[in-house]
Amino acid sequence: MSALTVHNLRKSFGAVEVLKGIDLEARNGEFVALVGPSGCGKSTLLAMIAGLESVTSGEIRIGERLVNSVAPKDRDIAMVFQSYALYPTMTVRENMLFGMESRKVPRPEQEATLARVAALLQIEALLKRKPGQLSGGQRQRVAMGRALVRDPKLFLFDEPLSNLDAKLRVDMRTEIKKLHHRVGKTTVYVTHDQVEAMTLASRIAVMHQGSVQQFDEPQRIYDHPANMFVAGFMGSPAMNFIPAELTTEGGKPALTIKLADGETATLALFDNVASRATSKQVILGIRPEHLSRYDPEARAQKPGMVSLHAPVELVEPTGAETIAVMRLGDLEIVGRFDPDEAPSMGEEILLGVDMAHACLFDPATRQLI
Amino acid sequence: MQSVLEPSAAAAGPSWRERLAQAVPFLVLAPSLAATLIYVFVFTGWTLYISLSNSSLLPTYKFIGLKPYADLWANTRWNIAYHNLFIFSAFYVVGAMAVGLLLAIVIDQRVRGEAIWRTIFLYPLAVSFVVTGTVWSWLYTPDTGIQLFVRSLGWSNFTFALTTDRNLALYAIVITGIWQSSGFAMALFLAGLRSVDQDIIKAAQIDGAGVFRIYARVILPTIAPIFLAVMVVLLQFAIKTFDLAIALTNGGPGIATTFPAIYVYDLMFQRGQIAQGAAAAIMILAALAVVLVPYSLWLVWRKRREGKNG
Ligand SMILES: Nc1ncnc2c1ncn2[C@@H]1O[C@H](COP(=O)(O)OP(=O)(O)OP(=O)(O)O)[C@@H](O)[C@H]1O
Ligand SMILES: [Mg+2]
Repeated sequence: MSALTVHNLRKSFGAVEVLKGIDLEARNGEFVALVGPSGCGKSTLLAMIAGLESVTSGEIRIGERLVNSVAPKDRDIAMVFQSYALYPTMTVRENMLFGMESRKVPRPEQEATLARVAALLQIEALLKRKPGQLSGGQRQRVAMGRALVRDPKLFLFDEPLSNLDAKLRVDMRTEIKKLHHRVGKTTVYVTHDQVEAMTLASRIAVMHQGSVQQFDEPQRIYDHPANMFVAGFMGSPAMNFIPAELTTEGGKPALTIKLADGETATLALFDNVASRATSKQVILGIRPEHLSRYDPEARAQKPGMVSLHAPVELVEPTGAETIAVMRLGDLEIVGRFDPDEAPSMGEEILLGVDMAHACLFDPATRQLI
Repeated sequence: MQSVLEPSAAAAGPSWRERLAQAVPFLVLAPSLAATLIYVFVFTGWTLYISLSNSSLLPTYKFIGLKPYADLWANTRWNIAYHNLFIFSAFYVVGAMAVGLLLAIVIDQRVRGEAIWRTIFLYPLAVSFVVTGTVWSWLYTPDTGIQLFVRSLGWSNFTFALTTDRNLALYAIVITGIWQSSGFAMALFLAGLRSVDQDIIKAAQIDGAGVFRIYARVILPTIAPIFLAVMVVLLQFAIKTFDLAIALTNGGPGIATTFPAIYVYDLMFQRGQIAQGAAAAIMILAALAVVLVPYSLWLVWRKRREGKNG
């Protein structure tokens, strides 16, 4: 059974259509992440699910119930805002009790819930403080606490971690994941951070310019991006896109790519994608981690491996891995190397390309072939 | 930040250029500072001294102690004036704030033509108290104003004569004052309401609070400092009520709507009782101080507390 169903949802502000027919669903207990670049309509979609924005057309169902024109308070949802939106004049305790008081929950039950949630989030020591006296991370916890004291059908998070520093963000990410395991509530989580989406979600909806580009499990989105936007958006450094031409080599399908000085390189295709292509021109998408120093021995284990010469233009060590920018004809491609076998600047590296993981895109439609 | 900069500055010693840069604000402010000092403290001191002297038609400097104060408080008219001041201030401040807040909340619901409404309600503030008083006095006067109008509509027994009733005349001034000032209160409240983080209101909606509860528990507490500021400004408007009362009722009927400021003017310039007039002025100052001193202390306290919390 699905806890949330969004069907062909549209939203216009005046003449501007911000959401263009969104379809989405979250199964009971599922963690769905909405990702996309700034301004793609994530917050608007979330606000519409919450009832804070009106629906232009389409359907939103929570459980079985159509909630298009139900007031936010009657939708049985809880929301955590990017700004946390704590009531500044109330103490943490009052902040957390406010919702239950509004709903006339009996006093003893209020106290019991407050104690349980405060213990869960380890904010007992903060209960008497005002939001202004808390650090960013503490405020974030309180904001989650305020949502958790209710027992809603649906949790909505709007970029709850984007105001935290990098380290705290990673910690809180882990905590949210644990929390979701423990509480098991259906959650819709907006973020523009694809790592957050990958780590937390059971399914990800990638949005761009008001429509969902792909809605699938994280690994499938990563391995089989539906189009070039998704391929480029998910993963960092981004996927390399190399224009190529379908050819054959020794009777088998292959790709030809242009190198500098009119030279070309031919890469054997591992898959039988060639049969699905509608034109000879394609775009090869290859992730930085599928480029490596060519090793003839490893070739035996990785049947898709082909090799290629490329001069190294820039090397960026990050500690755990080394990012190298290499030249391929008119293009720059980015590879991700183990520091032990990282190339050095100016080196002409013999690059191994793992064609088993390559994606091909149609240059006209930009869709995956 | 400062602690980082200081050591190097101290090591080099401030150059004359830096010194000049530091001195400029003082130089620019000096004339107005001096003027303020003279007008406020010197003249207040002078008034205080005169209020303890035996000045009558002209100021003299013979000290006679608190006698002018005793004479002042022995006078019924002064007692009524001081009493009026408190009644008026209470009703006027509470009334103007209530009406202003109500208007602000209504306009905050994103009504159509908001700018027009705002201007209309703010407009009375642009009119001087004298003009307001004169116009409203026509409205209040039975044979020219509202009474005449309603009677002309057919209700021939209708009576509306606030300003001629000694028990009600004060409230006529209160109503006029509220008309004049509630737009000002509205403008400040509206600015406050608009500054409230929209997410907080959305959070309260999701938390299941109704409109009334959202205002009472979430929005209005957030703008509490504005309430205080509006109250202080209105109170000092109230204490200086002079022109409004003069234009509207001229202190009448009888002495029913005398205010301290009117009385001071009378004593000083009509009856040649300068010492007593000065004593009355000092009493007005005392009434102002009762309001402003705690407010200033509160502001300082709050700033210090905020400084501590970073
Ligand atoms: N009230 C509004 N009136 C007009 N346009 C709006 C309104 N609210 C949002 N928009 C527009 O809708 C689009 C989507 O906005 P939205 O806030 O949903 O983006 P977002 O995906 O949440 O971006 P971000 O990651 O920056 O938060 C934007 O182009 C924005 O300008
Ligand atoms: Mg947003």
